[in-house]
Amino acid sequence: MANDVWVYIEHKNGGVSPMSFELLGIGKELAAGFGSNVCAFVIGDKVDDLAKEAFAYGASKVFAVEGNVFKGFRGEAYAKAASFLLEKYKPEAALFRGTSQGVDVSAAAAANLGFGLCTDSIGLAIDGGKLKMTRAAFGGNYTVSVVNEKAVPQITTVRPKAFAMPVKDASKSGEVVKESFALAEADLNTKVIEFITSATMVNLVEADIIVPGGRGVGSDEGFKVLKEFADVLGGALGASRAAVDSGWIPYEHQVGQTGKTVKPKIYVACGISGAIQHLAGMRTSDCIVAINKDPDAPIFKAASFGIVGDYKQVVPKLIEKFKTKLNK
Amino acid sequence: MKIAVCLKQVPDTEAEIKWDIPKGALNRESMDSITNPFDEFALEEALLTKENYDGEIVAITMGPDKAADVLRNALALTVDSVYQCTDPAFAGSDTFATASVLAAAIKKVGDVDVVFFGKQSTDGNTGVVGAEVAAILGFSQLTYVSKVRSIDAAAKKIVVERAIEGGNEVIEAKLPAVVSVIKGINEPRLPNLMGIRKAGKIEIPKWTAGDLGVDAGKVGAAGSSTKVVEIAVPPPRGAGEILAGEVDDIVNTLTDKLIDLKVIK
Repeated sequence: MANDVWVYIEHKNGGVSPMSFELLGIGKELAAGFGSNVCAFVIGDKVDDLAKEAFAYGASKVFAVEGNVFKGFRGEAYAKAASFLLEKYKPEAALFRGTSQGVDVSAAAAANLGFGLCTDSIGLAIDGGKLKMTRAAFGGNYTVSVVNEKAVPQITTVRPKAFAMPVKDASKSGEVVKESFALAEADLNTKVIEFITSATMVNLVEADIIVPGGRGVGSDEGFKVLKEFADVLGGALGASRAAVDSGWIPYEHQVGQTGKTVKPKIYVACGISGAIQHLAGMRTSDCIVAINKDPDAPIFKAASFGIVGDYKQVVPKLIEKFKTKLNK
Repeated sequence: MKIAVCLKQVPDTEAEIKWDIPKGALNRESMDSITNPFDEFALEEALLTKENYDGEIVAITMGPDKAADVLRNALALTVDSVYQCTDPAFAGSDTFATASVLAAAIKKVGDVDVVFFGKQSTDGNTGVVGAEVAAILGFSQLTYVSKVRSIDAAAKKIVVERAIEGGNEVIEAKLPAVVSVIKGINEPRLPNLMGIRKAGKIEIPKWTAGDLGVDAGKVGAAGSSTKVVEIAVPPPRGAGEILAGEVDDIVNTLTDKLIDLKVIK
């Protein structure tokens, strides 16, 4: 139907995590508002297993493009197939997760269709019969809501974890519509040669718990303590720009305006003052804990719980206490 | 090899934000400005590419009069030529309108092999203009690039590493390509005094919508399909609680509170 809400299902060689289906939750809510259906769309060399999962997470229909050329994710090929599907069915809206895959496919697909898109939405609502997309601007000090008037569909990427996970019901099923879209290897400009998996690579965007350190951590040794803390909590190690620029920890850990934007359930900021550039990247976290020596540090204004004190003294005690209470 | 680099002027990240509320846009003229921090890595990568493979660098920006500053900075770092896309018709462009203007400029420069972009701007933060330019021009789209392994202009081939979730993806792509780079791909150099003085005297060539053959009705606020319908201050976070008392007690309290959230396993 023309006013359906479509959700792009990202995967890597057919591999998914529950988060791949995250947007079916908000997609269903929006579809209810439009009086339409939430549909998943998926591109890959084999899509049946992915479709089955999508139904379990609430999709009422699945649209798919299948083919050997789609084995292994390739932004270029996937974007071409995505724009083909979106152009053919012209849904009301298409939602993509704000991951590297979601951004690559959505930006190219929108441009292929001849219009722009909204990125990193943290609010989605229906306003005057159109999708209204809200995003943070300028360090999160403002929110800006936009409607992409002429775009069919309206396309947006959505900040991971901004909306609740849909409930899974494995008994659900539905119709899979497979479209043939011919794309030859020779039509493509890019080829993946290899993937170098990083054992230490952090995935801050997907982490439920992040323990970041800032200038106050003082050294790379200090980050070893924070790493131990993060491990006990089952979380990821983060950092402020000051700590990265000091060379204590690699850039991939950086949260903030020139790093990653994150929305974990728990964010334990250690020795971070809370400059607006840092707050821009984490202020929508569910629970923020701040540990800082300076009682006037701006981070305390954003914190759910604050401890005025030296992390060197506080964190080792927290590690011991959590180990005891969690029987680790 | 012909190398292009797209640079954006953004409000100083320390500056106070001034909105042009009726337009739902920034009042850029009244704010202190800098070169987008991510674009400094793009410019440095262009300079390194020229040093490694020979060629010429063209720096392009789109923006009002004072956006010429970012091009002067690029000239001080010895790029070969610069063009400022500037026209009242461009004001208020959304990402696609912006990408259309930049794509037209790259086309006008002609025979470009590789276009460098920063991963995103610190003001708009969309991170999609590079990808849109690639789609409009039919260039290879290489995003999140953490390393350029090799460029072979004769064989029309580039190999890059992309830092994405879980590791680094190595991609071989046909030229021409749009390459958007992440922070840390290199160490941007600073211009020297002589370079700055020289750059100050160079006339910056300007391209209008007419020069670029861009339909003025399809760019700027009028031509952008994305309309700002509301600017708001987000609801403040609920008042936090400072845990006071003896360290051992505080630690005990916080541990309980966090375990109660049922997130920690």
